[in-house]
Amino acid sequence: MAFESLQPKLLLLAAALLALFTMAAYTVYFERRISAWIQNRIGPNRVGPFGLLQPLADVLKLLFKEDIAPAAADRLLHRLAPMISVTAAVATIGVLPFAHNLILADVNIGILYILAITSLNVYGITLSGWASNSKYALLGGLRSSAQLISYEIAMGLAVLSVVVQSESLMTSQIVEAQAEIWNVLRNPLGFLIFLITAFAETNRLPFDLPEAEQELVAGYHTEYSSMKFGMFYVAEYMNVVLSSAVITTLFFGGYLVPFGHLFMSDLPAWARTGLEVLSFFGKTGFFVFVFIWVRWTIPRFKYNQLMRLGWVYLFPLAVLNLVLVALARMLF
Amino acid sequence: MLEAYLPICLLLLVALGVAALMAGISEWIGPRRPNPRKLIPYESGMDPVGTARERYSVQFYLIAMLFIVFDVEVVLLYPWAVQVVELGWPVFWAVVLFLVVVMIGDWYCYKKGVFDWDREARQPRPPSEALSQEKALPVRETVET
Repeated sequence: MAFESLQPKLLLLAAALLALFTMAAYTVYFERRISAWIQNRIGPNRVGPFGLLQPLADVLKLLFKEDIAPAAADRLLHRLAPMISVTAAVATIGVLPFAHNLILADVNIGILYILAITSLNVYGITLSGWASNSKYALLGGLRSSAQLISYEIAMGLAVLSVVVQSESLMTSQIVEAQAEIWNVLRNPLGFLIFLITAFAETNRLPFDLPEAEQELVAGYHTEYSSMKFGMFYVAEYMNVVLSSAVITTLFFGGYLVPFGHLFMSDLPAWARTGLEVLSFFGKTGFFVFVFIWVRWTIPRFKYNQLMRLGWVYLFPLAVLNLVLVALARMLF
Repeated sequence: MLEAYLPICLLLLVALGVAALMAGISEWIGPRRPNPRKLIPYESGMDPVGTARERYSVQFYLIAMLFIVFDVEVVLLYPWAVQVVELGWPVFWAVVLFLVVVMIGDWYCYKKGVFDWDREARQPRPPSEALSQEKALPVRETVET
């Protein structure tokens, strides 16, 4: 590929990165504001108008803190773990379609790429737990790795049911296949399973056992400080944003504008693209809100409940859903 | 066809760069005033007991093994999922049969108690461990004298 044809991709890459970091930072801000709202508090409102500069202040504060690694820690892995987490989160944006033909790399295994890259997060968390050489961190890392891999199977099966409906692994094709009806209406059980596993995969409440404060202090990132702690934090919120984006792509028509077939063809190309980008980020923003809303509403599971839910209920349910969706596909 | 992956390679490089930058800056800018107390693992303010390089519950290994087994089975279904209709009914029933076998495996693990993480907590303690009066009293006497 010549450099000229790569230039728009580079521009898109820069824009997507900027959008991801901004959204992650402001998800932190909105999480604090919304949690305050739910708990009848005020929340951060001092830095800038409505406290909107709070994320910037947080980052600056983290940068000027001392970076401590325990003397007994495995230095190399301790340093590597947060880098893996951030890399895995950032790399996911590669195959998300922001609008029609507005995608970094429309590879023919798009959804497999997403599953593969997000799985790398397990390494970051497990390594951080082990490398810290601290008991809380180790327990958090172990719990987390067991949790992430347990829910990955049900997640894979839910994705599989979407693939059956759209007959393609390309993310753009999956979106286009929902032009008539969104997958959430054709495949509600698959959506529910994917939503639950997405909560588990991002370590969010009600599945935040790897960092359960009352039991494990902070779990796998107990021994991290300064920006390295910030990296785990940013990676977690990036994963929330990205999970929302993937839910949007798989089940809520991605960039498709609701009732778009009625008026979209009359609009000029730039307006269509703009509307599609707005639609994509609007839906993603809604699911980010759902993530926050659920976190401050539902209490945490116990570990035995978590494991039973994953393996005894979600896994068979996901298999059943796959068979039903495939059967419907064969019959109609 | 492989050209489509070029932006992904770029993205991976950029992602690694961003991560390295973030980790590097925190080590570079922040103050560095280490002392021995600061560098011990955090255990709620107590002096740490032993190391964290301990043995841990075998159930974690079991879950890891089951993940490999079941995830490979899920991955096997992707080529079928892309062309369900083209492959037709024989393959559909074959997949259903395959999934039934997989589910029997899951049910077997469930019955074996692999997913039962509070089994030990529910079981009554064996009588040898139970604190009986005859055993407890002599110990206390030796402590007092």
